[in-house]
Amino acid sequence: MNVKLLVEEFSAWYGKNQAVKDVTLPVPLHQVTAIIGPSGCGKSTLIRCLNRLHELLPGTRTKGRVMLDGQDIYSDNMDLAELRHRIGMVFQKPNPFSTMSIFNNVAAGVRVNGLRPGTKMEDIVEKSLRMAALWDEVKDRLHESPYNLSGGQQQRLCIARALAVEPEVLLMDEPCSALDPASTLKVEELIADLKSRYTILMVTHNMQQAARVADYTAFFLNGQMIEYGLTTEIFTNPKDKRTEDYISGRFG
Amino acid sequence: MRIRRNQRRRIVDRIMGVLSVLATVVALIPLASILIYVSAKGLSAINWDFFTKLPKPVGEPGGGMANAIVGTMILVGLASAMGIPLGILAGIYLAEFGRGRLAWTVRFICDVMTGIPSIIVGIAVYGTIVVAMKRYSAIAGGVALAIIMLPLVTRTTEEMLKLVPNSLREASLALGAPQWRTVVSVVLRSAAGGIITGVMLAVARIAGETAPLLFTALSSRYWHTGLDQRIASLPVYIYTYATTPYEDLHRLAWGAALVLLALVLVTSMAARVAGRRASGGNRG
Repeated sequence: MNVKLLVEEFSAWYGKNQAVKDVTLPVPLHQVTAIIGPSGCGKSTLIRCLNRLHELLPGTRTKGRVMLDGQDIYSDNMDLAELRHRIGMVFQKPNPFSTMSIFNNVAAGVRVNGLRPGTKMEDIVEKSLRMAALWDEVKDRLHESPYNLSGGQQQRLCIARALAVEPEVLLMDEPCSALDPASTLKVEELIADLKSRYTILMVTHNMQQAARVADYTAFFLNGQMIEYGLTTEIFTNPKDKRTEDYISGRFG
Repeated sequence: MRIRRNQRRRIVDRIMGVLSVLATVVALIPLASILIYVSAKGLSAINWDFFTKLPKPVGEPGGGMANAIVGTMILVGLASAMGIPLGILAGIYLAEFGRGRLAWTVRFICDVMTGIPSIIVGIAVYGTIVVAMKRYSAIAGGVALAIIMLPLVTRTTEEMLKLVPNSLREASLALGAPQWRTVVSVVLRSAAGGIITGVMLAVARIAGETAPLLFTALSSRYWHTGLDQRIASLPVYIYTYATTPYEDLHRLAWGAALVLLALVLVTSMAARVAGRRASGGNRG
């Protein structure tokens, strides 16, 4: 297993409340890893730590290491802009920039990080929208407001925006929780397509979704990682009683 | 039983609807009556000379207020040039960066400043700038107005920025944008409409201020000759003319009041249009 991102003995706090407790989790290269668990189990907090958004909230603190290609992202010489360029994120609720057109939403991140010489913004935007399976739906209205799109389209726009900067890792925080079944299916197909080029770590409280798209699954409960393994193993042959109870729908 | 309850609800709904329309009408009565009264009294004084000529000495008929119109524009312009950028920057600091004691202090001072009567601001500027320069000047007037404007701009900017959902900030940061860039190209732009409205309210407020100008810019019967000289302004003219016993000057004062109202109206309408354009022509 080629590990792209390794979370080691990691803990995170909101004030005195410890949301993530001593978690060690490998995220393999070019695979989809899913974190499942009931609400409040610390899964979203953990992935917000992986691009260091968690620390922006007042009173928060973390402990432990997160190794990206062997380099600790919590070390002092880590450049946050560079880190977030390498580790992209898609949020729970679609959050397109309301003041920018569809085109500029996708272009925004590229502008921040600088357009590579010899590339054209039009091409990058088209490529990203195609990867997000949105191009055909928006190609004639690139200069309209993203608010004219449906919720599912907005979320795919946010995915295109994240892809445009060509991150190495894509974090997805319950990317389908605000979407209808048809849009959910589209996003899931998209995730399956993307994994040949990206390393994907997604949080979901939808177990079927994890079973459908993830290669590896981690089960979280009360801030602790209870079990981690191949998705097929976790769902067919869980080793821990609590995992079994959760996936068989006895709680959560 | 259920039918009766529904009927009751419908009646209450009607009554509340009528009451809120009534409240709106009551609130609009003073505004409309001021507009109508000032227009009725002031229109007769308005003619070409009013906008192009200097005031005549007392007793001579005719004359205009061109110097006061220009003066008010200069004073408001000076105050805006100082107050708007400073206020917006302070507001950005409070909303986006400020934590801890310094931010608390700035916010507290701002709130206190909002409550200071404008005449006291005038005296304070008199005691510092006017005394130091040994004369009344447009600069002193501009500073006094800027001080009145500053807390208004700061607090509206802060409030408007706080209304921008955090998810937009996170979206921008997650793309690798540094915080200053996030603030400039995402947060400020989302809040532009509200900030511009707040700024215009502040401009309108200082355009009509009289008391602080009496101690700082004073007034002048002549064209503006330099920022270090005393300068005429519409509010001070209204005040001085209205307190004379001459019918002719009363008429001019009403005219000045009308022009002042129109100036404020035009600038705020222009700013509304600009604001709508700045926020991308759409509001969700």
